[in-house]
Amino acid sequence: MADQITVAIRQQEGGAGGQPVIRLENIFKTYDLGEIQVQALRGVSLDVTEGEFVAVMGPSGSGKSTIMNILGCLDRPSKGRYFLDGVDVSGMTKTELARIRNRKLGFVFQQFNLLSRTSALENVELPTVYAGISPEERTKRAMEALKRVGLADRAGHHPSQLSGGQQQRVAIARGLVNRPSILLADEPTGNLDSRTSVEIMEILQTLNDEQGLTIVLVTHEPDIAQYAKRNLLFRDGKLKRDALVEERLNAREVLKSLPTAEEQAAEDALEESQRSARTDATA
Amino acid sequence: MDFMNTFRLALRALARNKMRSALTMLGIIIGVGAVIAVVSIGQGAQYIVQQGIQAMGTNAVFISAGSNRAGGVRQGYGGVRTLTVDDMNAILQEIPLIKQAAPALSSRQQVVYGNQNWNTSITGTTPNYFDIRTWPVQAGSAFSDEEVDLAANVCVLGTTVERILFVDENPIGKTIRIGNLPFRVDGVLESKGQNVTGQDQDDVIFAPYTTVQRKISGITWLQFIAASAVSQEASVAAVGPITSLLRERHRIRNGDDDFLIRTQADIADLQNQTQSTMTYLLGGIASVSLLVGGIGIMNIMLVSVTERTREIGVRMAVGATEDDVRRQFLVEAVTLSMMGGFIGIILGLIGSALISNLLSWPTLISGKAIIAAVIFSAAVGIFFGYYPAHKAAQLDPIEALRYE
Repeated sequence: MADQITVAIRQQEGGAGGQPVIRLENIFKTYDLGEIQVQALRGVSLDVTEGEFVAVMGPSGSGKSTIMNILGCLDRPSKGRYFLDGVDVSGMTKTELARIRNRKLGFVFQQFNLLSRTSALENVELPTVYAGISPEERTKRAMEALKRVGLADRAGHHPSQLSGGQQQRVAIARGLVNRPSILLADEPTGNLDSRTSVEIMEILQTLNDEQGLTIVLVTHEPDIAQYAKRNLLFRDGKLKRDALVEERLNAREVLKSLPTAEEQAAEDALEESQRSARTDATA
Repeated sequence: MDFMNTFRLALRALARNKMRSALTMLGIIIGVGAVIAVVSIGQGAQYIVQQGIQAMGTNAVFISAGSNRAGGVRQGYGGVRTLTVDDMNAILQEIPLIKQAAPALSSRQQVVYGNQNWNTSITGTTPNYFDIRTWPVQAGSAFSDEEVDLAANVCVLGTTVERILFVDENPIGKTIRIGNLPFRVDGVLESKGQNVTGQDQDDVIFAPYTTVQRKISGITWLQFIAASAVSQEASVAAVGPITSLLRERHRIRNGDDDFLIRTQADIADLQNQTQSTMTYLLGGIASVSLLVGGIGIMNIMLVSVTERTREIGVRMAVGATEDDVRRQFLVEAVTLSMMGGFIGIILGLIGSALISNLLSWPTLISGKAIIAAVIFSAAVGIFFGYYPAHKAAQLDPIEALRYE
């Protein structure tokens, strides 16, 4: 209940005076596929204020990926205006958009998308390289970001030496390193088991709660959306529902109730041995 | 992204596929190596020729008797009878650019000493001929001007003739027979080796021109005059005055000269031209290999761009601009080609050193060729790397991130 109240207050504050971090004004996106034209977005308007944690949901083809690409400045709307931090980015050139992505946005992907055969630290450093930050400052910032996701001791490891959850945490650190206005996460838990998914959500919640980082997350899993503060439902290129989350899940609490990785492994091993024992007996 | 970073990135990307990078570089390595080796061999040959020409005296001016026309029939050079010692004296008197001059005419004769005999060319001249040709006497002495005035039967041998006639003996003071006449051997010239056309210059006997004119050939004219100008520039500048003087003396009005003037500079130019044509030709053939190497680089870079589509997508998502991506792949291609270039230069140098040692061919390392190789390999990298790099830069980040 307490969480809901603070969210509600923050919402009111945003609506009253504070400028929204994201403002979409009647966004249309049409893909021209030669003979047919696909309308992926048909007039989406949306405000997201600082410190919000928004989950975007919807079935495939609903336009949720398109809205993410537009929010991420990877794509431009066909019509309508997009203000990011009060700046209209809808008419920017590709190079200007690259700068915006670099300075204002952090990305987390379902596939982690870390560079292989490159250490965790260097992966995290990547956005700072394109920001023209000095090498010393780069390493400092990357180490800080790794600390925030609890992987400072794995800085030298390559992605192949890290578990899926650790890889995703490195990706989050990479998303944070340039101190963005928004962290955009596209199905960040889609490739992870349920416990690791909750661990990732715990990191995102902490970043949101403690540092006020604005997070927009795309997911098709309703229980993952329950960790956010606000849920958006897309259908047929339109925003169908925009609601605050009631009974928001607290990842830290949920983790306590889940078996740890070791316990899970022990349980699995036990099951396995019992099964093989049974098979032996029947043989 | 700054350059050092891009460069380090390129090195790492290339190190990731060492075998592939090495094979890709091979084309450039072979091309550059071949260019360096071929050019250094060519330059070596050119250098030797130049040395030879220098040895002949760079200030020399040769005036040969030309052809004349008798009722429409042209005779070859040396056929006319109009070039005389008086012409030579007139040149010496009236053209101050000419420092000295020697008359010359030759005749092939059978020469005999003891039980040895040989057919060779007897050239009649004066002692300063040896100065003009910078051709010193290695043993004994040249005949004197007095002996020329007296038309004495004395001679100086080229080393080839000396070797054939005098197997183990000291030839100085010995008497040989030229045609039917006895000649005293006064000296032996230093070996001059082959001339630029491959003729043995040492297969010759020199005698006073008066002796050859009166006693051997029975003629009063000369076949050529070897002159020497005060400097190399003067040798070229003297051509005009000599031409007008001789035209006047020979009463030639229509420009159908009965003489031919060549300077050492002309010959050197001709030789240089031939040599550099060869060098360019061989260099051109070798640069085809560079072209093939470049295509190899383009091919591999295209493969690399496709393989790394996802990486490109990630880089773009985190803020790489099109320029950043283009530069990254371009630097990679140039690094590949320039590394190939450097290895090629080293191998080319080793190769030409081996050739000059094992085959004892002269080679001369050309700084120009090395600089050209570096520039060329960089240019190949840029030219053939641009298309793949541009393709990478044009990728759509959304598509690239989705690429499997």
